[in-house]
Amino acid sequence: MNFIHEAKSLVKVNIRDYGMYIALFVIMATFSILTDGLFMSSRNISNLLDATGYTAVLAVGMTLVIVIRHIDLSVGFAAGFMGAIAALLLTQAGVPVYLTIPIILLLGIVIGMFNGVLVASVGIPSFVSSLAAMLIFRGALLQVTEKTGTIIIKDEPFNAIGNGYIPSIAKVNGLNLLSLLLGVLIIILYIYFEFSKRRSKLKYQFEVVSKRIFALKIVFVSAIIAYITWIISGYNGFSWTVIIMLAVVVIYHFLTTKTVLGRHIYAVGSNPEAAHLSGINVKKITYIVFGSMGLLSALSGILFTSRLQSATTTAGTLFELDAIAAAYVGGVSAAGGVGKVTGSIIGAIVMASLSSGMNLMGVGISYQYMIRGGVLAAAVIFDVLTRKKRA
Amino acid sequence: MGDYILEMKNISKEFTGVKALADVNFQVARGEIHCLIGENGAGKSTLMKVLSGVYPHGTYKGDIVFEGSVQSFAKISDSVKAGIAIIYQELALFPDLTVYENIFAGNEVRRGAIVDWNRTIVHAKEMLRKVGLDVNPEMRVKDLGVGKQQLVEIAKALSKNVKLLILDEPTAALNENDSENLLDLLRELKKQGITCIMISHKLKEVISIADKATVLRDGRTICTLDGSKGEISENVIIKNMVGREIEDIYPKRPNKKFGDKVLEIRNWSAYDAQLGRQVAKEVNLHVKKGEIVGIAGLMGSGRTELALSIFGNPKSYRLQGELLVEGTPRTFKHTSDAIQAGIAYVTEDRKGDGLFLIQDIKSNVSAANLRGIASNGVINDNEEVKVAKRYKESMFIKAPSVEQIVGNLSGGNQQKVSLGKWLFVGPKLLILDEPTRGIDVGAKFEIYTIMNKLIEEGMSIIMISSELGEVLGMSDRVYVMAEGRIKGELPIEEADQEKIMQLATQ
Repeated sequence: MNFIHEAKSLVKVNIRDYGMYIALFVIMATFSILTDGLFMSSRNISNLLDATGYTAVLAVGMTLVIVIRHIDLSVGFAAGFMGAIAALLLTQAGVPVYLTIPIILLLGIVIGMFNGVLVASVGIPSFVSSLAAMLIFRGALLQVTEKTGTIIIKDEPFNAIGNGYIPSIAKVNGLNLLSLLLGVLIIILYIYFEFSKRRSKLKYQFEVVSKRIFALKIVFVSAIIAYITWIISGYNGFSWTVIIMLAVVVIYHFLTTKTVLGRHIYAVGSNPEAAHLSGINVKKITYIVFGSMGLLSALSGILFTSRLQSATTTAGTLFELDAIAAAYVGGVSAAGGVGKVTGSIIGAIVMASLSSGMNLMGVGISYQYMIRGGVLAAAVIFDVLTRKKRA
Repeated sequence: MGDYILEMKNISKEFTGVKALADVNFQVARGEIHCLIGENGAGKSTLMKVLSGVYPHGTYKGDIVFEGSVQSFAKISDSVKAGIAIIYQELALFPDLTVYENIFAGNEVRRGAIVDWNRTIVHAKEMLRKVGLDVNPEMRVKDLGVGKQQLVEIAKALSKNVKLLILDEPTAALNENDSENLLDLLRELKKQGITCIMISHKLKEVISIADKATVLRDGRTICTLDGSKGEISENVIIKNMVGREIEDIYPKRPNKKFGDKVLEIRNWSAYDAQLGRQVAKEVNLHVKKGEIVGIAGLMGSGRTELALSIFGNPKSYRLQGELLVEGTPRTFKHTSDAIQAGIAYVTEDRKGDGLFLIQDIKSNVSAANLRGIASNGVINDNEEVKVAKRYKESMFIKAPSVEQIVGNLSGGNQQKVSLGKWLFVGPKLLILDEPTRGIDVGAKFEIYTIMNKLIEEGMSIIMISSELGEVLGMSDRVYVMAEGRIKGELPIEEADQEKIMQLATQ
C-alpha cells in the first residue's frame, strides 16, 4: 500500500516530465497495432531514428535558443549552406574529410556567433535578424550550387556518417554483436550513475525514494534500453547518425543540467534583468547559445548532406520549423527559462514517428500535415494546462 | 459651506488585508488649487485612483459626490466623461505619435468613422495656445522635452472639457524653469475656472500655489489647511505628515563598533542617457565596517539609481567620480565585478529584477554564486540543496521544501530568499533597497533581526528606505537624498522625522 502510495505521488509530481514519454509510448503502440507490428520492426525503427538525426540535432540547439527567449529561423538554410560548403571542400578543393568536418563546425560557430552579436549587442529582435540570415543563407546556398547543380559526394567515410553503421564484429542469432555490447554498456553506465547518485544523496542524509521504487525504476529503464538495443541490433545495428545524436544529447543534457554555464542559460531565460543583477553576463550567454546553435546547424548540415551523399539546391528547407516544432512538442516554453534538451529529442522522435507511422499506413500527405499540426497544438495545450495547475 | 465641486466622503479601500484608505474625507471647492500631501504610501495615489475609476465603484466604501451628485464610476472613461482628468507622473503619451495625434488620442475628431485630421490639427493648435505651448503640432512627442510633454498632457485633458484636473507630482521630473512655467499655467487655468488637485512632495511649491492643502497619513485624512488663513507653512505640513509614533519593532544592537571605511564614493555623478538626465549628482558618501547607513528620501529621489550606479552600473549610466572599496579606487565594468569586490545589492523590485520566479528556492539561492557549489564548472546538486536548506532555516523561510517554486511564496518569504541569495555570495557590503516593502510586520522584524546579526558578523549595510520609522529605527547614520543629490547627513542621535522630511522635500 505504502509502495503504491509513493509511486502515485511521484507520478503526480513528475507528470509533466513523463508526459512526453507517455505520449511517445501511446503513439508507438497505436501505430504498432494499426500496422500489425510493422512499425516497431527493426528496419523501420532504425530508419526512423536515422531520418530524425539532422532535425533532432537542430532541436537540441533550438531548445536553448528558445529558453533564452529568442528564436533562430536561419538554421535550416544555414545547415543546407554549410552542407554544400562541405561538399565543395570534399569534391572540388580536395580537402580530406578529417579536416572538412572541423572546418565546417568552426564555420557554424562563427556564423552562430554573428547572429548572437546582432541580437545581443546590436539589439535586433532575433526573429528579424534570423529571418534576414535565413534569406542570406538561402541565396548563398543557391550561389554555391548554381554552377554545378547538385554536388555528388563520393567520399566513403563522409557518406558513412549519414548512411553507415558501427561494425558488427560478429552476428549472434542475427543480431549485431557490437551494437548489443554497446547497449549493455549503456545499461551498466546507467545503473552505475543511478547508484552513485543515490549514494551521494544518502551521504548528505537527504531523502531518497524507497528501495523498491529505486529497483523498479532501474529495471524499467534498463528494460527499455535493452528493448531498443535489441530492435536496432536486429537490422544493421547502431548507425553513426544515432551515435552522433546520442552523443549530442548526452553532452547537452550534462551541460544544461550539471554545469554553471547551463544554470546561467536558464537564469537568463527566466529573468534577464535578475540574471544581470546576479552578476551573469547576459550578452556572453547569448553569444554562446547562438554559437552552439550555429555549431549544431553545421552538424545537421553534415548529417543531411552525408545522408543524401550530395548537396542539393534546396537542402535545409523548413528544417528550422521542424526543429522549433520538436522543441515545443518537447515542452519548451515560449515565455523562456523552461525546457529540456531530452524533451526536445523526444519531441523530434514523436514528430518523426507520426510521419513514419502514417507513411506505413498510407495516410495521404495532406492529412499528415494536419495531424502533425494537431499534435503540436495538443502538446502545447497540455503544457499550458499542467503549468497553470502547478502555479 | 461653500460650493464644492468634489466631495469624497468616508472613503475606505482595502487590498487583501491591508487598509490603504480608512474613512478619508476630502473636499475640493470649485475653482481652487488644492494640494494633496503625504509620505510615500500615505494613500494619495490610491485616493486619486478611486476618484478616477481605476478602482471601480463597488471595490471601495464611501461616496464620491462630483458636481452635486453621487457618482459610481465603473471605469476610467466614466470619470473622463464627467470631466475629471488625471495626469500621472509617468506620462501616458505615445512618444512616436505627433502632438496633435496625442492630444486627441481616444477622443478623435471625426466625421462618422473617419478621422478628420485637418480639423484635428486646428483644434490641437487651439489647445496648445491655451496651455501656452508654442510648438508645431506635427512634431513627434518624443522630440519634446519632459516639460513640454507635460503641457501636451494638459492640453489633452483640456480637449476633453475637463472641470477637475488632477496632477500627480507634475514637477518631479522638471527643472526649475519648467516647474515655474507649469505653476503659472495652473494659476492661469484657475482663472478660467478649472479646479485643480495637485499631489506634490515639494513643499515650497505647495506653499506658493495652494489655496488649500490636505494632508494624508497612513490612509487617513489628518487635516485640511487653508492658505487664505495663512495655515499652510512648511512646519505645519511636515508635522502633520510625519506625526506618528514609531512603533518599537526595531531590535536593538547593544555594542556598536565601527571599523574602517568599506565603501566610499566621491563626487559621484551618474547620467542616464536614455532619460536624458542626471540621476545622481556629485554624491559623497561612505560606509564603515559594522555600520548600517540609511538613505532616506522620497520616491524618485535617485536612491535606487545611485545604488545601481555603484553596483556595476547595469543601466549603463555615464559615470563620473571616484569609487573606493576598502580604500582602493575601483571601476566596475559589470555587476559581476562589483560582486567580486564584495558588494551585494538586494533590489527594490524583487519580482521584477530580483528573483527567478519560475525557479525553485535552491536555484535562486545559488544563482549569484554558482561557483560556490561547483567544482570545475560542474554543479554539485546535493551541495546546493544543503546550502539552500541552511539559508531556509537561518532566514526563517516558510516553505515545505527548497524545491518550492519561488513565485508561489509570500512576499516576505520571497524577500528572504532574495536576501539569502546575496548572503551566500558572502559580501562585505550589502545594499538593501526597500528591504521591507510590502511585507507583513512579523517578516519585517525577522529581516531586521537578520540585519543586526549580519552587522555583528562584520558586514556593512546600506539601507535605502522610504519608511522613516525603519530608517530611524535601524540606521547608525542617515543620508537624505532628493533630486539625485545628498541633501544632508545626520548622525542617528540628531535625526528625527521632521528633519529628514525637511531635507527630502527641499
